[in-house]
Amino acid sequence: MKELIIILMSAVLVDNYVLNKFLGICPFLGVSKKSDQAVGMGVSVIFVMLVATAATWPIQTYLLNPNGLGYLQTIVFILVIAALVQFVEIFLKKFIPALHKSLGVYLPLITTNCAVLGVTINNITDEYNFIQSMVSSLGCGLGFLLAMWIFAGIRNRLEESDAPECFKGMPITLVAASIVSVAFMGFGGIIDKLFA
Amino acid sequence: MTDVIITAALVVAGLGLACSLLLVLASHFMGVKTNPVEGEVRDCLPGANCGACGFSGCDAYAKALAENPETPANLCRPGGEATVNAICEILGVEAEAAEPLTAFVHCGGDCNKQVYKEIYQGLNSCAAAKMLYGGKGACLYGCLGCGDCATVCEHDAICIVNGVAKVDPRKCGACGLCVAKCPNHLISLVPKAEKAVITCSNHEKGAVVRKECQNGCIGCMKCQKNCPAEAIKVENFLATVDYEKCIGCGKCVSDCPVGCLEMLKA
Repeated sequence: MKELIIILMSAVLVDNYVLNKFLGICPFLGVSKKSDQAVGMGVSVIFVMLVATAATWPIQTYLLNPNGLGYLQTIVFILVIAALVQFVEIFLKKFIPALHKSLGVYLPLITTNCAVLGVTINNITDEYNFIQSMVSSLGCGLGFLLAMWIFAGIRNRLEESDAPECFKGMPITLVAASIVSVAFMGFGGIIDKLFA
Repeated sequence: MTDVIITAALVVAGLGLACSLLLVLASHFMGVKTNPVEGEVRDCLPGANCGACGFSGCDAYAKALAENPETPANLCRPGGEATVNAICEILGVEAEAAEPLTAFVHCGGDCNKQVYKEIYQGLNSCAAAKMLYGGKGACLYGCLGCGDCATVCEHDAICIVNGVAKVDPRKCGACGLCVAKCPNHLISLVPKAEKAVITCSNHEKGAVVRKECQNGCIGCMKCQKNCPAEAIKVENFLATVDYEKCIGCGKCVSDCPVGCLEMLKA
């Protein structure tokens, strides 16, 4: 149990996918203008990460590894994730139209989100078992949501701030992103100390 | 060597087949059939979801148009004539475009003209400011300047200039969200045309108004007497313009001694 909590917490805070591993930067910069959209995107990413891990982990363990086909990981995972996202979209449209509407364009966007592919591949590289993989995916998703949410708040303030002319727009956004990333570095040693 | 290639190809092909089968089955059993007309109509609508048409959003209006032929096709105000024409073309009906409207704030008491009775440092919301002695201005009818209307505006058409909300008619979609929001009921929808509009909502007598705001209507009736089209009436010490009669000559604007009438810049 303790191990699972360590995996979860380090995925959320220390190895944050956006701010520490620089995966999923595109939605991080693209969809963080409004906090409600950012949270919507974050929640959809959590959902897809969990579903994707639940599908790709058994495929890797029971299909690719026994046949010595580990090198097909990337192409197979992309295929499976793309199909899953499409399936989830059809499912939501039929049974939970309200959620489908609020997720809108973000759902298909997640198909090409490198954070989702990154999580599934990292779960295999870190040699997690199925439960650990699921917890790690949940943590990564939560970390993504946290980063999106915090950054959306910061961008809200940035819009009202009086930035120098040459910094306005994207430059100041990137500077702010780097400072948030530095702030997350502060969590570096926290997990080992917490559970020591 | 060949069997390695064959296994790899088989595994990937098998997974691909399984995925496509899943999707085919899913779309067969769970696919939602949408009326193609609805999609086409939806594409014509601006997508602001403002609710000016009386439906909960653009999707709901498109659905109503596609399913019920009796739904009027000219309800979308933000889209204007172009949208109405596009919808009519798809549905094969005829409808006249609604007269374009714009929201207008009937208060011109900016920070140079209004007399302030208090310094308000509370929550930045008109509704909250009004609860504290009716706002910071001496005039209880005027713009509170905290921008509740600007917050609610879907079209980014309202901004606070010198402490008074101003609507940009070019951006305004006339959805009426700000009209409903303003706690002092200062905003109304007026025709988007060069006509006279009153920039005051104060019903007090002239002497009282003068002490509260330099811009206030004192009810002198000069505009009512001089209007060639008889479009202005002064009721309860406040001029009101009948936009159907107004010919946009601008006489009242130049006549008004306090300058509380202006021509709408459409």
